[in-house]
Amino acid sequence: MKKIKGILITLIVIYVATAILGENFLGGYNQGKLLERTGLYGLLGIGVAFVIITGGIDLSIGSVVCLVGCGVPWLVMRQGWSPGSAVAIAMVVALGVGLWHGLLITKLKLQPFVVTLCSLLIYRGATRGLAEDQSQGFGGEHEAFRQWGTEAIEVTDKFGIPYPFLILIVVAMIAWVFLNKTIWGRYLFALGNNEEAARLSGINTDRMVILSYVICSMLAALGGLLFILNGNSAQPSDFGNFYELYAIAAAVLGGCSLRGGEGTIVGVVIGTAVMQLLKNMINLVDWLKSHMEFLIVGIVLLVAVIADEMIKQRVRKLK
Amino acid sequence: MGEPFLEVQKITKRFPGVVALSGVDLQVYPSEVLALIGENGAGKSTLMKILAGVQPADEGRFLVEGKAVRFSGVQDAQKSGIALIHQELNLAENLTVAANIFLGREPGKFGWIDQGLIQRESKRVLEMVGLEVSPETLLSELTLGKQQLVEIAKALSTDAKVIIMDEPTSSLSLRESERLFEVILDLREKGVSVIYISHRLGEVKELADRVVVFRDGENAGMLEQNEVDHDAMVHMMVGRDVSQFYQRTEHDLGEVVLSVRGLRSVEHRENELDFEVRAGEVVGVAGLVGAGRSEMLAALFGARPALGGDVIVAGKGGLPRSPRESLGRGLALVPEDRKGQGLILDMAVKENMSLASLRRDSKGPFLNTNKEEELVADMTSALSVKTPGSWQLARFLSGGNQQKIVLAKWLALKPKVLLLDEPTRGIDIGAKEEIYLLMEKFAREGMAVLFVSSEMEEIMGMADRTLVMHEGRITGELTRENFSEEAIMELATGGNINKAK
Repeated sequence: MKKIKGILITLIVIYVATAILGENFLGGYNQGKLLERTGLYGLLGIGVAFVIITGGIDLSIGSVVCLVGCGVPWLVMRQGWSPGSAVAIAMVVALGVGLWHGLLITKLKLQPFVVTLCSLLIYRGATRGLAEDQSQGFGGEHEAFRQWGTEAIEVTDKFGIPYPFLILIVVAMIAWVFLNKTIWGRYLFALGNNEEAARLSGINTDRMVILSYVICSMLAALGGLLFILNGNSAQPSDFGNFYELYAIAAAVLGGCSLRGGEGTIVGVVIGTAVMQLLKNMINLVDWLKSHMEFLIVGIVLLVAVIADEMIKQRVRKLK
Repeated sequence: MGEPFLEVQKITKRFPGVVALSGVDLQVYPSEVLALIGENGAGKSTLMKILAGVQPADEGRFLVEGKAVRFSGVQDAQKSGIALIHQELNLAENLTVAANIFLGREPGKFGWIDQGLIQRESKRVLEMVGLEVSPETLLSELTLGKQQLVEIAKALSTDAKVIIMDEPTSSLSLRESERLFEVILDLREKGVSVIYISHRLGEVKELADRVVVFRDGENAGMLEQNEVDHDAMVHMMVGRDVSQFYQRTEHDLGEVVLSVRGLRSVEHRENELDFEVRAGEVVGVAGLVGAGRSEMLAALFGARPALGGDVIVAGKGGLPRSPRESLGRGLALVPEDRKGQGLILDMAVKENMSLASLRRDSKGPFLNTNKEEELVADMTSALSVKTPGSWQLARFLSGGNQQKIVLAKWLALKPKVLLLDEPTRGIDIGAKEEIYLLMEKFAREGMAVLFVSSEMEEIMGMADRTLVMHEGRITGELTRENFSEEAIMELATGGNINKAK
């Protein structure tokens, strides 16, 4: 609770400010949209949080989103696969991708930054080749399949809780249990803090690190799938661009330390919500222009990190 | 003796969780060899770092030739004529001798180095330490002993009046050490004072004009040259007779529990290690720094996979491949580097203690928090760990309590063989005694204990039997009745067993 206090207050402050300054912010449609975006991006944030807790990083998330987001409609529409088998193969590919990253990082001792930077380029390039740089989507077909990304449980006639947000809640609960209630979660935090000490305590650290990259890639794939079901159109050259950076930013806002060993799932979800809220605020508040998005997100992130570090140093001095 | 060249008064230094120095005084007179002794954690190294400007003191006064000074960095200390030679040499192996001597203070203008001056000055200081090598020799071509002399030459080139040597012989051969002693005595003739820190009381007796003893961060006493003898020094260091400090009882030895056959580590691939340890036996491993002792433990435990050989624990075993496999066999390792390898500093005491036994105590994949609490409560009282609560981060505990957490982590698994690498390094004397009592207790309960130590007193005080290593080989084995400092040193420097006895 202590760890997420700061980000929770930030969320509330921005929420209230936007409600006052912006038009139509509290409207049911806008609130639903906000939850939907949080759901979609939150999956990526939770994924990368696992990797960040081990002290690693995954820059390939956006490209995995692109690979799955273009690959699934390409398989279904151009190759005539059923949606079920296309999703299954996408998940298997994502599992392979995570496994591959993890093996290169643990067995060949390559740096996570370098491995996943190469992957960022490779998967996007491969997707563009596969789709021949053509926009992919389902057109007007496969309505039932697409509902996973578009439907909502109605609460009022204007406001509903979107499926992607519900999926995020389920994933977040599973991730929370994993990190806080299982021995594996404890192992991840331990090795993120001190890999050598964890290894000497009999923990199979390599296996845990590989697992975290698999989880990250698979959640990126799930995110990519929901993004395409929701948007119905993916351009291989830019679909998912920068999404890894949004995910990392949300994780850091939510209290993950890139040094490893620190982070909470609730924090990441709130961090994602803050990022989406900022975007929303920029759209709704008149005097904020849309080209200011990166500027504002960057400043908020920097202020959050500085505040966090200063509080930590003060705590250390008091002890 | 006249006025002291350097004097410090009431120096105090605190680190989180421990007071390293509390109000210590020290005088250094011109042209003397002052030996500084004390157990690990007595504060010697901390004081030396303060003298050399590496760390600031929290309180206290500094006088150089009677004038108050304040050091805010190494440069200030250098200007006042004080130089520190660290235990691990601070030299760049890829540079020449001359470049090393002038590293960081190259003479010249506009980034252009005055090579002529460097050559002349290097030759002069190399001559002073009697090292006959060209200043253009690459440092990596010199033996460790000669590199040590380069460090001293470097100190001399800064016009040092006081040279502090922190355990300079810890990795030298006997012959190299003797060469170093000649240089030290020669420097004294030339008006330079040497502060000599060592655990080797034999050396201290041979060299020192005066001996200052530290204990628990305080002055424990001073001995003039004519008062220096082994027992007096030890008595001051531990504050009582050593026989009381190491409370050994006779152990009933049981079956062979640990049997090591033909073990080869990555670092010493050509040497095969063979030995056995019985239940209830405490076996010490002595040797100089770099003799391959820690490497042996790491290979034995699978921390760094062994190249070959078998490690058999109670009849079962094979080639050690991973810590996980080894702990399943009943081995436990308390590593040398407590903060780097033993603990997760930013996790709670509780989480550190249960880390190795989580798997055994879990319900499927889920943590069993009740069992964890129970275990932590048991261990905290059994080892009398002092902590404000089990939620406290390991980082904020004192060295002795941190070491107890590492021990607790392993004891929770009830190991058959306990491997300890420098178990009392950097912890205060009270905690040290507790660790010794625990080692005794484990042995009485039938555990086989194998410990590596660089402290002669510890080996002689605790072990039933000692293996001595030199350059990756076990050069000999001494049983308790054959223990002597001379015998261990003889074997540790590659001598032979008959001479040692």
